[in-house]
Amino acid sequence: MSDFAAGATPLVELIDVARHFDVSPPWLNRVLERKPRALLKAVDGVSFAIAKGETLGLVGESGCGKSTVARLIVGLYRPTRGEIRYAGRRIDANTANPAARRNMQMIFQDPYASLNPRWRVVDIVAEPLRAGRGDERGPAIEARVASLLEQVGLARADGSKFPHQFSGGQRQRISIARALAGNPAFLVCDEPTSALDVSVQAQVLNLMRRLQRELDLTYLFISHNLAVVHHIANRVGVMYLGRIVELAPTQRLFARPQHPYTRMLLDAVPDLAHTGKPRTAVAGEVPNPLEPPSGCTFHPRCPYAAERCRREVPLLKPVPHAPLGAGEVACHAVEEGRIPAAAKTGDSIWRRPQTGSESGRVDRL
Amino acid sequence: MTGGALLAVEGLRVEFPTRQGTLVAVDGVSLTIAPGEVLGVVGESGAGKSLTGAAVIGLIDPPGRIGAGEVRLDGRRIDNLPPEALRRIRGREIGAVFQDPLTSLNPLYTIGRQLVETITTHLDLTPAAARARALELLGEVGITAPKRRFNHYPHQFSGGMRQRVVIALALAAKPKLIIADEPTTALDVSIQAQIISLLKGLCRDHGTAVMLITHDMGVIAETADRVAVMYAGRIVEVGPVADVIHRPQHPYTRGLMGSIPTIAAEREALEQIDGTMPRLTAIPGGCAFHPRCPHAFDRCRRDRPELMAAGATRAACWLVLRQAAA
Repeated sequence: MSDFAAGATPLVELIDVARHFDVSPPWLNRVLERKPRALLKAVDGVSFAIAKGETLGLVGESGCGKSTVARLIVGLYRPTRGEIRYAGRRIDANTANPAARRNMQMIFQDPYASLNPRWRVVDIVAEPLRAGRGDERGPAIEARVASLLEQVGLARADGSKFPHQFSGGQRQRISIARALAGNPAFLVCDEPTSALDVSVQAQVLNLMRRLQRELDLTYLFISHNLAVVHHIANRVGVMYLGRIVELAPTQRLFARPQHPYTRMLLDAVPDLAHTGKPRTAVAGEVPNPLEPPSGCTFHPRCPYAAERCRREVPLLKPVPHAPLGAGEVACHAVEEGRIPAAAKTGDSIWRRPQTGSESGRVDRL
Repeated sequence: MTGGALLAVEGLRVEFPTRQGTLVAVDGVSLTIAPGEVLGVVGESGAGKSLTGAAVIGLIDPPGRIGAGEVRLDGRRIDNLPPEALRRIRGREIGAVFQDPLTSLNPLYTIGRQLVETITTHLDLTPAAARARALELLGEVGITAPKRRFNHYPHQFSGGMRQRVVIALALAAKPKLIIADEPTTALDVSIQAQIISLLKGLCRDHGTAVMLITHDMGVIAETADRVAVMYAGRIVEVGPVADVIHRPQHPYTRGLMGSIPTIAAEREALEQIDGTMPRLTAIPGGCAFHPRCPHAFDRCRRDRPELMAAGATRAACWLVLRQAAA
């Protein structure tokens, strides 16, 4: 990857990682009803690297595979194909590496489901401490838990309470304290603020930024909310149907999006700056991942689709005619220069009405 | 209130009797919606925005009840009508679109049957005419091949398409007002944009007024004409959408706008309102926002502010008076 040409080993690296799920009907149904096997390619050949201290954002609509990537990295799923490396060493399941595992933690979306309602906060936060080194108790752990709680903006006395006594934002702080307990270097955050109200989301995002500065953390930050990713990430990967279609430094991605899907997403985001401004709605929906379109999976929704797009899967390549470090894009049209030069955000390229498609209304608001 | 208003809510209070006493979830809310206008109602969870919408269409679940206030549609009082009369108004004069399209549709009936049933309940049409109207509606909300889709069940539609069907159902009897409670929250951004533009286009074409309830300021910014911001059961600020977003007067609105990450601006840290919205059991005296407000002074702790003119908007905040005096 161009960003790592300097030779530094990235902290986390994914090389052509794929995860397929077998969602076939049971054997008897397949035989009697002649149903074929069905394979859901949730993640299909994803490669990226995250440098130490960096925040990589991963965005995409539901079903694009972003959460599966998170689960693959922390080892909740085994990859069907490909390699996952931490600090240069492989950590995908065949070569288990508990030391590397301890260095990564995950923060989940739903702070109501991810905390055990029967445990006191002090036990929840201390669990990773105890799990690593036998079941030790005592003042050392208590002191560590207290300092963790204070670090995330809770009081020492909150340790003796139960999760139900906290609001959503405070629960997410508890999740963060638990994740930090083992002194990890890398946090995988899967939609950590999606269940929170905006003012609480701001508190949690500010907290995560402060912790990153203080503890030199590296984040993989997954969200469907482009504005949140824009705020927190250094680089952003855009996923569509199990693949990364564009990967670029945040400022470049939002200022000059290349891939038609990225442009479409940016056009679709309702933003405060857009009061009363006309806007074009986009056509079509994410196709069924069980029967993805041929070639570039975005081609049925893409106004620039050509014959080659229907046939050939585009690979992630550096943006043509751009300075080094401008990121990568997987699009034949961009590669061949068939798309008008990168539009500024807000300048819509989606004016061509698409008659015939199911939601072919391209309304000007 | 104003004579031309389609919907006028005056001093609405929604309360829940409990063993510990009566909880007031919506307290003294007054608002109006003009014909063809989109009024956004925003707030964080627990602010009372959904209950305000439910009260308008008479869908407050017992033991909750409207404790005080009036709801007038076209000048006619509708909050004290018997359930049967209210049921006729719902659907005929006020349509509703809720967050989850799957729970708004009956999974056992085809969408065609549900549409025809709704149409014949409210309009005096023959079955054939109702069917024609249903097909017309499906086309209008952007469902292609309506004839084929007519006989499909809700599970055969995607989330965005289902929400289109729900909108078709809400429009079936040509209501004057639609209450849309988080209509796009369960949808992906690209689908969300489609549904917003659909709703907006339909309102423009039919002159339907919309009460758009959502927590998403971005949706409000693009869709609403005016916006009411709710906090702890009360409206704290109301005004034209551009003024409320770009020149908010109430400290809560200001904090709320500052806390929203946007793509347009590069910010080091988001503005932060410390603390959380109070629970219904512990709403502070005076201005309910005063414990979190950086500018609170004596009067805020003592008296409860009512909405007063502030800039281009109206805000319920004593600072407005103080600034005017200074």
